[in-house]
Amino acid sequence: MKITVAEVEHVARLARLELSAEEKNLFVGQMDAILGYVDKLKGLNTDGVQPTSHAIPVENAFRADRETPSIGVEKALANAPDRAESFYRVPKVIE
Amino acid sequence: MELFDLTIHELHDKLSAREVSSVEVTRTMLDRIEAVEPTVGSFITVTPEQALADAETADRRIAAGDANMLTGIPLALKDIFLTEGIRTTCGSRILHNFIPPYSSTSWLNLKERGAVLLGKLNQDEFAMGSSSESSAFGTTRNPWNTAHIPGGSSGGSAAAVAARQAMATLGTDTGGSIRQPSSHCGCVGLKPTYGRVSRYGVIAYASSLDQVGPLTRDVTDCAVMLGAVAGYDPKDSTSVNTPVPDYTASLTGGVKGLKIGLPKEYFITGLDPDVQSAMNRAIETYRGLGAEFVDISLPHTDYAVATYYLIATAEASSNLARYDGVRFGHRSEQAESLIDMMTRSRSEGFGIEVKRRIMLGTYALSSGYYDAYYVKAQKVRTLIMGDFTRAFKGVDVILTPVAPTPAFRIGEKVNDPLQMYLSDIFTIPVNLAGTCAMSVPAGFSGNGLPIGLQLIGKPFGEETILRAAHAFEQATEWHTRRAAI
Repeated sequence: MKITVAEVEHVARLARLELSAEEKNLFVGQMDAILGYVDKLKGLNTDGVQPTSHAIPVENAFRADRETPSIGVEKALANAPDRAESFYRVPKVIE
Repeated sequence: MELFDLTIHELHDKLSAREVSSVEVTRTMLDRIEAVEPTVGSFITVTPEQALADAETADRRIAAGDANMLTGIPLALKDIFLTEGIRTTCGSRILHNFIPPYSSTSWLNLKERGAVLLGKLNQDEFAMGSSSESSAFGTTRNPWNTAHIPGGSSGGSAAAVAARQAMATLGTDTGGSIRQPSSHCGCVGLKPTYGRVSRYGVIAYASSLDQVGPLTRDVTDCAVMLGAVAGYDPKDSTSVNTPVPDYTASLTGGVKGLKIGLPKEYFITGLDPDVQSAMNRAIETYRGLGAEFVDISLPHTDYAVATYYLIATAEASSNLARYDGVRFGHRSEQAESLIDMMTRSRSEGFGIEVKRRIMLGTYALSSGYYDAYYVKAQKVRTLIMGDFTRAFKGVDVILTPVAPTPAFRIGEKVNDPLQMYLSDIFTIPVNLAGTCAMSVPAGFSGNGLPIGLQLIGKPFGEETILRAAHAFEQATEWHTRRAAI
């Protein structure tokens, strides 16, 4: 096996996902098959090949450092699940 | 011929001649949507009030002599495009209640031209899928045969065009998500060169691959829609500042002397026989029109799916980190601490395919695997791009099938993600290379399902593939057939 239940649990923690026992078992098998398939890349010699992160040559896109109007506090908070004054409210951060 | 059967350019002529008003045609479309929606399920949200208000505004513009090709034309958008004040879900439960505070540049470009918005279309959740079955809002059915998938991820966008619920639609294409559903539903669909269309306000899946494009009834409409959404946008730092040509002017001229490449890696044993014979017929049609064929090789084709599923999932795991229940979208009510709230909100809000891809991408980016998987895939991407650069030194256009089979049955691949991923084998390399390609109707399978041919162009070579597509369309009658719905 290329991946174990313990590794699936570790990756889920990194991704902030809580998986059910059923999901864990499903993902162990499916990720094992997919990782087995992508292993075909290992057989390809890429010595000296530069990695591509972007399909077109782009440089940093700068704009003039000038203030422009933004959407404003009320619009920005309109979808907030919970708010207080002009803030998003969340459960306590420190135990 | 009903009003809902018209193309954009046919309807434009009728609107200009005052044979019909935009309000009348919009009412017809809303009735049509209501009539066929229980069978097809293309829409997540229908917006009748918005549509009729847009149509009234368009009729005033037409009366004032201020109309263009899209004024008064009823369109619909994949539910991945932000529309200010109109719910935008991206096919996900985690955004079931999200009302965007601003609009995507693509929609604003259409709106400024006077287009009418009929509603928001179904899709695979976060554009992750090839069948539209991963939507949290139900499965869209193929209008040609409702036991089959419409393709994905822009399945609603293709089905709505094929079922005549909208004159044209917009979709997005990360690994084939415009071209594959267009092929499966008998539409014309174009994925522009990366950077040709702004991605501002388009919910991100894999940012180095995502691109916006049209799905239409014919090639002329495709040129009209592309011309409306293409162009530089200061709000998208990856959009490219090159002039937008008049795509409708590029349609004429034919294909005499055009060099068309046939990559041997795409004409493999195991290709569906109906797809193979449609390709053979298309090649004969092009020969008859004076095009020349050249056998070419894209030697790294076999590595494209593996490369894509590492790069796309890695980018997705990063992009989807924003859905944490803090600022918008679903928030779990069970949580006791901040981390617990984020974890529960994500676990309750995301569907199984999205979780699977976040897991794969997080794994590929995690310590100890980053170089072996993610960086390796980026290097193979360089080799795949090189294949196209070399091939385009000798040819103007590359012709391939869009998909190895016609639309498969609903449920057929839902439990086997690897088989589902392999159905995108002919469309994925184009996204990795960043160039443009389109799907054009090229025939039907023995059981009446549409088959598309893919025309791949050089970067910013949209005019050439549109011209080649138009020549094929004028020489065939596939685009005139309508699904019996």
